[in-house]
Amino acid sequence: MSRLAETFRRIKAEGRPGLVTYTTAGDPDLARSAAILEALDRAGADVLEVGVPFSDPLADGPVIQRAAERALAAGSSLRAALALIGQVRPKISAPVVLFSYANPLLRMGLDVFAAESARAGVDGVLALDLPIEEAGGFRDTLAARGVDTIFLLSPTTTEARIRKAAELGSGFLYGISRLGVTGARDRVASGAADLVRRIRAHTSLPIALGFGISRPEHVAEVGVYADAAVVGSALVSVIAEAGTAPDLVDRVEQYVRWLRGAAEGRTQHAHA
Amino acid sequence: MRRDPDTRGYFGEFGGRYVPETLVEPVEELERAYFAVREDAAFATELNRLLKHYVGRPTPVYEATRLAAEAGGARIFLKREDLTHTGAHKINNALGQALLAARMGKRRIVAETGAGQHGVASATACALLGLECHVYMGAEDMDRQALNVFRMRLLGAEVHRVDAGSRTLKDAINEAMRDWVTNVAGTYYLLGSVLGPHPYPLMVREFQSVIGREARAQFLELAGRLPTAIVACVGGGSNAMGIFDAFIEDRGVRLIGVEAGGEQIIRGRHAARFAGGSAGVLQGTRTFILQDDDGNIELTHSISAGLDYAAVGPEHAWLRALGRAEYAHVSDAEALDAFQRLARLEGILPALESAHAIAYASRLARELGPSATLLVNLSGRGDKDVQSVEKAIAKER
Repeated sequence: MSRLAETFRRIKAEGRPGLVTYTTAGDPDLARSAAILEALDRAGADVLEVGVPFSDPLADGPVIQRAAERALAAGSSLRAALALIGQVRPKISAPVVLFSYANPLLRMGLDVFAAESARAGVDGVLALDLPIEEAGGFRDTLAARGVDTIFLLSPTTTEARIRKAAELGSGFLYGISRLGVTGARDRVASGAADLVRRIRAHTSLPIALGFGISRPEHVAEVGVYADAAVVGSALVSVIAEAGTAPDLVDRVEQYVRWLRGAAEGRTQHAHA
Repeated sequence: MRRDPDTRGYFGEFGGRYVPETLVEPVEELERAYFAVREDAAFATELNRLLKHYVGRPTPVYEATRLAAEAGGARIFLKREDLTHTGAHKINNALGQALLAARMGKRRIVAETGAGQHGVASATACALLGLECHVYMGAEDMDRQALNVFRMRLLGAEVHRVDAGSRTLKDAINEAMRDWVTNVAGTYYLLGSVLGPHPYPLMVREFQSVIGREARAQFLELAGRLPTAIVACVGGGSNAMGIFDAFIEDRGVRLIGVEAGGEQIIRGRHAARFAGGSAGVLQGTRTFILQDDDGNIELTHSISAGLDYAAVGPEHAWLRALGRAEYAHVSDAEALDAFQRLARLEGILPALESAHAIAYASRLARELGPSATLLVNLSGRGDKDVQSVEKAIAKER
């Protein structure tokens, strides 16, 4: 069983919503990024998404755009992200999902990328602008190395494409709770439950729901219908606000413990 | 030669549809709507009526004898897209897509602009059709094209300043796509060049192909034969595809795209994708792009905002791979010189973008000699560039 499958099995058995975190590799720099990933794992994040900084992040809102700029300025890149994951892998238990735009992966070459990912201990890859129609060869190349391909599904995704994603995806499926770019919001989008219900009708894969989640009550709310909630921009904001403060890593750890608090409180898994 | 991309939007190995998941269905909806109007005689009639009575088509082909005499060689003919309403070829595509948007029931238009010509064309088409218009423009471009910013505002468009990245066209496209992905239901993205995910490269080419259809007939009438070569500047490449399209099957006619050589072909100082680039994916399409070893997009530079972009239209990459089209580049200084020469010798101020084509055509005219004939797409007029040309000349001295 893959590390992702095992993690989601355990979350389900524990009857609580899972917590997936997103941080950008090399934000604010590579050394502190490593310390942050270890802190996230310690604080109880179930899956660590690690973003590859890209010069043109057209699906991201301002918070993650700025993170990419900080990371690039600090010398981060796809190669650096893979080295970072390889370095922290032995020290953490959570599975790691690499989150990237297509071009850095294509530039490295898919075969080399798949081999390097497997060697670094990457469990899954999500390529933001590589929709199902373009991702066939990509998925097979990763699968041959035992790396899962995670697909995004949005409120605009048709039933036919949900079926295809369910067929080709592995590890979990990532639902986008609302239209738009990444960014924290005050409340979870109203169509989120409906999207998860539509996905659930076609698959037994775990479903994580992201975009706009920032508070423990959001995690709890999402946990009623999805297997896990993804917290991205809100966490990246904590990193941005801490800047060079010496307690950066502590603040990140406290924030994630606070988010996990809600998760621990739940005993009954809604669809268990 | 097959002229349409395959069903997945590929011209050979270039093109495709590399978009975030939320945009897949909207792009497919656009494809369905576009293929429907492509076969619809009523749509063509309405567009042709506007092109004739509103845009002022057909634009003339004019033989630039004094320019040719100074260049010393081939005869040079100019396709006068600078004489269209709004002053550039961009209006052909903007009107076509705005009509399509209205037909799709989308009343809110977003567009990006580099030099401002596509923004002005979009704002104009929206004013004409009563649509809401939002134009994204890089902060650097807003500064160097201040006149066009004011024109867009007069036309009722809202111009949004983009401060991200290099603050030019590429960043404006990122921001326009972010707007589209957020407001997808009622919004139409009016992309200005043969770029982006399928069906944009095909659709924009088709709306621009009126240039080549007219020019081919006009040239035959004027010169009694086909031209030796067609010369057009290439940013994204819509004016070039527009004029190349009618000549693709005329194997004896050379098709030459001219990219921005900027200051020098060194990293970050030019926008010549075929001189310093390689295959990659940017903003929805697989094509030739300027990128570093990590796959990040490199900064570009050109004196002309409309050519200052890191990717070229995928069909150009394909035509080059097939050997059907050739691509050259011209420096800032050569373009600036051509701008002034055309003004002085012919009384025409070309857009700085089009001045790249003029510069290359003058060079080629000398090379090919008096038996050759060149047809240059003068894609836009240069009024918008007068201030930056003034600054550039002052700097040169």
